[in-house]
Amino acid sequence: MLEELLVTPRFNPKVDPLLGIWTWEISVYLFFGGLTAGIIVFAALAALNKKDAVRSFSANSLALWAPIVLSLGMTTLFLDLEHKLFVFRFYTAFVPTSPMSWGAWILMIIYPVTILQILSTLRPGYPLIAGFVDRISIGRWVLDLTSRYQREIAIVAIPSAVALGIYTGILLSAFNARPFWNSGLLGVLFLVSGLSTAAAMVILLAKEKAEKHWYVRMDIGLILVELVVVALLLINLATGSEQHLKALEYLTSLNGYALAFWVFFIGLGLMVPLVVEFRELVKEHRVLALLGPILVLLGGYLLRHITVNLGQETAWQDYRMEHNPQLLERVKLNYKTEN
Amino acid sequence: MTVQYAMVIDTRLCIGCGDCVVACKTENKVPAGLNRDWIVEATSGKYPELHTEFRSERCNHCSHATCVAMCPTGASHNWRNTNIVLVDANKCTGCKACIAACPYDARLIMHPDGYVDKCTFCHHRVEHGLDPACVSTCPTRCMHFGILNDPGSKVSQLLKSRRYKTLMPGTGNQPNVYYLI
Repeated sequence: MLEELLVTPRFNPKVDPLLGIWTWEISVYLFFGGLTAGIIVFAALAALNKKDAVRSFSANSLALWAPIVLSLGMTTLFLDLEHKLFVFRFYTAFVPTSPMSWGAWILMIIYPVTILQILSTLRPGYPLIAGFVDRISIGRWVLDLTSRYQREIAIVAIPSAVALGIYTGILLSAFNARPFWNSGLLGVLFLVSGLSTAAAMVILLAKEKAEKHWYVRMDIGLILVELVVVALLLINLATGSEQHLKALEYLTSLNGYALAFWVFFIGLGLMVPLVVEFRELVKEHRVLALLGPILVLLGGYLLRHITVNLGQETAWQDYRMEHNPQLLERVKLNYKTEN
Repeated sequence: MTVQYAMVIDTRLCIGCGDCVVACKTENKVPAGLNRDWIVEATSGKYPELHTEFRSERCNHCSHATCVAMCPTGASHNWRNTNIVLVDANKCTGCKACIAACPYDARLIMHPDGYVDKCTFCHHRVEHGLDPACVSTCPTRCMHFGILNDPGSKVSQLLKSRRYKTLMPGTGNQPNVYYLI
């Protein structure tokens, strides 16, 4: 046996007894980051393939959602920072070994790319706004220019968005101190999941039946790929070192994340929407048409939530606290009442 | 890295009194309820063949410090080209990447303003030729501090003559706190 007790109380908040530095803010940020990547990719693909007629929503109107969704994510990311006034420090350095530094700079590329994407399709997508912009000579010039280079903008947008999607996973996987995260497959998983959630969003927002169906087929494919990547991730853990095996126990124990992972994420977040979306291709159903994509979106968030929380609980060391702060409070209270 | 500082702690002499913890809190004005170092009592074996060891633990000032690599702003840095890892509060955004990156959980959000703080090997004393506060206060003289790449230093001599271990060397972080066993 080996029992390791902390004799002096460490109890540093958010570090003891379990690491809990990142909570919902980061899960939400990673979810919106992946969703943004998916939105940009699908909007760019529709523009590249000249699908204005068949996929008019994604070709012309979808891009507007990218900066909105990304900004929501950036807001929760900002909420997580403990030293908020120093946020500008992300942009006074580039640290090539830090995925977070890469992420900060990738986001700086993503914003102008999405703005260009929106401008290049503003006239067909949002004619009312485009009408206002066209009244100003410089506005007309910008819209002319961006719509002329629509194809080039889409070509730049796709790799930028893929980088964003992968980064949301690599951000976590680069920490070898947290065994559950420490697999590059997280980058692929988060990218595929991001694309899947974006497809689900288009299914909910698009009006044309043909367009919805294209995304239902696309989402079925993405969910199948996601299931394969999840399986690879689990195999990776199951054949890993002692730390990986311990991390895997969290997914198989009912006291851990077994219920959340198997029932809610794999079951309700992937398998049920897969069946529902298959059925949708065969026979349409008004409620099920909404249920499938909503479950995909919830599953996408749950994947980030489970990964962020579980990863922090896995570690190389396993100290138990001998010190009981409540006991100390009681001693102090007794001391006060006696004196 | 020109100078590699190391701490060598004799677990056969350490009695787990906690003086190092108190000395650190006093020297560095560590706020109440927070600690930069701590004591672990590790019991191994099977009754009645039990073995207990006391370890005074802190940041390992790793030669391959993952916290420095993961810091997105360069706030976590090496002091004067040594292995001593410090945090520049004026560059720290409180993103907590370094806390996640440390396999020893040696970092903490300490200051009320929200920047990350940790053991500094008392570099403000070291630059004046003094030992860190924890080392200089140890009543059993079980803690030693010095330059590891100086073969004549006390720490080098101890590691040459005694059996020792580091904590979780498998992390690849190359920790610089050594425990004599």
